[in-house]
Amino acid sequence: MNTKSIPLLIALAALLAPYLPGVPLFWVSLLNFIGLAALVTLGLVVLTGVGGMTSFGQAAFVGISAYTTAVLSVKYGISPWLTLPVSILITTLAAFLIGLMTVRLSGHYLPLGTIAWGIAISYLFGNLEYLGRYNGISGVPPLSIGGVELIEGRQVYPVVWLFVTVAVIGTKNLLDSRAGRAMSVLRSGKTAAQAFGVNTTRTKLIVFVYAGVLAGLAGWLFAHIQRAVTPSAFGINAGIEYLLMAVVGGAGHVYGAIIGAAVVVLLKNQLQDILPLIFGQGGNFESIAFGALLILALIYARDGIWAAIDQRFSNRRRHINRDAKPLETAPAKQGDFALLKVEGLTKRFGGLVAVNGVGFEVKPGEILGLLGPNGAGKSTTFNLLTGVIPLTEGRIWIDGGRVDGKLPEEIAARGVARTFQHVKLAPEMSVLENVALGAHLRGRAGFVRGMLRLDREEEERIFAEAMRNLERTGLADDAFQLAGSLSLGASRMAEIARALCLAPNLLLLDEPAAGLRRFEKEELAKLLSSLRADGMGILLVEHDMEFVMGLTDRIVVLDFGTRIAEGTPTEIQRNPAVQEAYLGGVQ
Amino acid sequence: MDSTITLFLLQDGLINGSIYALLAVAFVLLFAVTRIIFVAQGDFVAYGGLTFAALQQGSVPGSIWLLAGLGIIAGTLEFLRERRALTRPKVLGILAGDFVFPLTLTGVAILAAPQDMPYLFDMALALTLVVPMGPYIYRICFRPMASASVLVLLIASVGVHWLMIGLGLLFFGAEGYRAAPMFGANFALGPVPVSAQSLLVMGATLALLVGFYLFFGRTLAGKALMATAVNARGASLVGISPSFSGRTAFLMAAFVGAISGILIAPLTTLYYDSGFLIGLKGFVAAIVAGFASFPLAVAGAIAIGIAEAVSAFFASAFKEVIVFSLILPILIWRSIRAPHLEED
Repeated sequence: MNTKSIPLLIALAALLAPYLPGVPLFWVSLLNFIGLAALVTLGLVVLTGVGGMTSFGQAAFVGISAYTTAVLSVKYGISPWLTLPVSILITTLAAFLIGLMTVRLSGHYLPLGTIAWGIAISYLFGNLEYLGRYNGISGVPPLSIGGVELIEGRQVYPVVWLFVTVAVIGTKNLLDSRAGRAMSVLRSGKTAAQAFGVNTTRTKLIVFVYAGVLAGLAGWLFAHIQRAVTPSAFGINAGIEYLLMAVVGGAGHVYGAIIGAAVVVLLKNQLQDILPLIFGQGGNFESIAFGALLILALIYARDGIWAAIDQRFSNRRRHINRDAKPLETAPAKQGDFALLKVEGLTKRFGGLVAVNGVGFEVKPGEILGLLGPNGAGKSTTFNLLTGVIPLTEGRIWIDGGRVDGKLPEEIAARGVARTFQHVKLAPEMSVLENVALGAHLRGRAGFVRGMLRLDREEEERIFAEAMRNLERTGLADDAFQLAGSLSLGASRMAEIARALCLAPNLLLLDEPAAGLRRFEKEELAKLLSSLRADGMGILLVEHDMEFVMGLTDRIVVLDFGTRIAEGTPTEIQRNPAVQEAYLGGVQ
Repeated sequence: MDSTITLFLLQDGLINGSIYALLAVAFVLLFAVTRIIFVAQGDFVAYGGLTFAALQQGSVPGSIWLLAGLGIIAGTLEFLRERRALTRPKVLGILAGDFVFPLTLTGVAILAAPQDMPYLFDMALALTLVVPMGPYIYRICFRPMASASVLVLLIASVGVHWLMIGLGLLFFGAEGYRAAPMFGANFALGPVPVSAQSLLVMGATLALLVGFYLFFGRTLAGKALMATAVNARGASLVGISPSFSGRTAFLMAAFVGAISGILIAPLTTLYYDSGFLIGLKGFVAAIVAGFASFPLAVAGAIAIGIAEAVSAFFASAFKEVIVFSLILPILIWRSIRAPHLEED
């Protein structure tokens, strides 16, 4: 028996546990509640741990779905199985509309926003006459299968855990797919994702709706198991409890959702029995314990319980099929034309002119160096070219098409790949997965295909391509390590590998040699030369004189945002204006 | 809506708005100095008000046990942290600050509570019982994770809120309390009756806001706090310890919360969990100000107080729904105006 099947057997045994003789019904109901909470928390794991959006308001989506099915089945007598699609549809719609606003919130405004709508929606439940105000709606019919009503805990149990199992498998599939990678890099910031063609707003919205739908599934089940809905179950405190589950279990892991849900539900249950004995009166004392638990977890185990387990068992290796059909590549045009042409590029920050009327060209099979002292406007120029910041004036053509004013993802779609001055790899993903993000635009499989595992062939091709580029940059041995464990030099090479995965015609490198050791620089120079020989155009922003002089075909020198010289390395070295900018004037 | 009602709503809005303004200033201050979005801010309002109400009624407020407990935990942690570098003055300092001080206060409260003490004495005692909890909480919960992200700190502050709510129920019970006003007088301002207490609230708010202004503009401690708010690392390089700033900011935040609670205790019935919603509205005002500008926070708070009074009049059931829904457009406006740039 191999080690892989042990957890599977444990899971199977756990699933059958309620049917062992002597297991009290009470424990079965607890397992059901764990399952419901795990569904919501699973969505929260994707939202918070993967997508980087913290929501205090997930309970609101549970409520929207629960109230929908309660109203439909109680007031209109519609069968619960028929209300399922309606509940999910309404939750999806609500999540979409709320998400449209929420995903646009930046930084800590986002969690604050979720507190706001979480509270507003729960008050709405409590005050609408139609929803029974604070009494809620009772007499919700139970689920029934083939005329048998599922009333007892043991009868509902398989339904709940079937939902959980399907959700876990779907989520795991999703995270290990092209769409999942796009989601996972969001947590480390959106700039890198956009540079490789990910529409970050859309991706965030999908993540948000996905989490909402999982909460909605839980809400539908909840209404028919509890047989009643009341607003207090969907308030902001319930929302915070789900977040507690995600934090305790491990917000970055699918199984963390189940562990967190189990710990919190069991603890809550035990505390409700024990605490009144200690304090000698009835009350809501579990919030004392939960508050303390949350703070202790954040101080001592910020990554949650599952992270500790995962470290022992995790295996980031994956099989690479080297015979996979290569991804399609647009044929590169050769010849004497401008891959990148810039005219009158200008950027003003208020009164400060950071870049002033700069122009240059990069041709295929050419390395152009962009040189200048600190504060010359190199990085700003780079950000303007890649669409990260909007330009004030000027025109930019890539391969003959205007791209000024376009978004980073649109520029990437024209075969432009870049690296970052400050390395932007997702540290908790493997090097290989990070590099595979580079091929995002060369794949097609979306969200649904990823969840249903219909993307395997394309995934093989993407990972084969990623591996090829890691080999090319000398990082093949590090492919399955966490990107966060790479040295600075290796991280820069990994960024180049990721850029190459886009199969770019034009490669923009922002200080690639900074922090590299001598032999690493030599390796880098060799790689760039071979790329040039293949006909790629390369723009290099760099400080390191020796590196630039030895490698580039032409150099443009900036000083105070203005172009002060252009020419071959030898010409630039002799240019008095350049000497003055770098060394000060000759007295 | 005639002019009497308008004036009435305006008065109501101004009183609530004053309290929200104080809390908003506390939120902004805490966030600027410690990067903590302190959700539990409002709980100090409930603690302050209920401790005061208990003292007035001659019963021992349960919050004294929290004060003693927090002091002992903070002191023990301090001993553990400093165990390799304990000197005599340090030991004495910790003993005095974390053990003797809170335990003495606890003793004073137990002795004084059954006596019929003057109004101002009860007020001062309630303040001294609740305010030191702020710095203790900072030292116990937040200093160990000072380097964590804003988000982690926010979640931790939710944990503190839960603790305070749960303990609040234990200390004060589920019933609500209303304290006696400082001045019982009422007089008419045109057609609208105005209570002296509500003027006291507004006057005290104004005085506190001016006090803050002077503190930050004129005193060294205030300038040190501002320096930490602008650039924590820079401030620590010139010798302002982040821990000092954190404790001071929490001291001020707890003070603002407790005094707000004591001021409104005669005007409204306070429950152990009333603080959360009151705090959240101050919080909305802080959001209006983008957690950065004090004057904007005050203006926002007054606007929220008035919006709340008006929506309470027209659609009382949906008061909270309306106020909290109003946050979203403000947040969007804030996100667009000041996008968080990714840290390089």
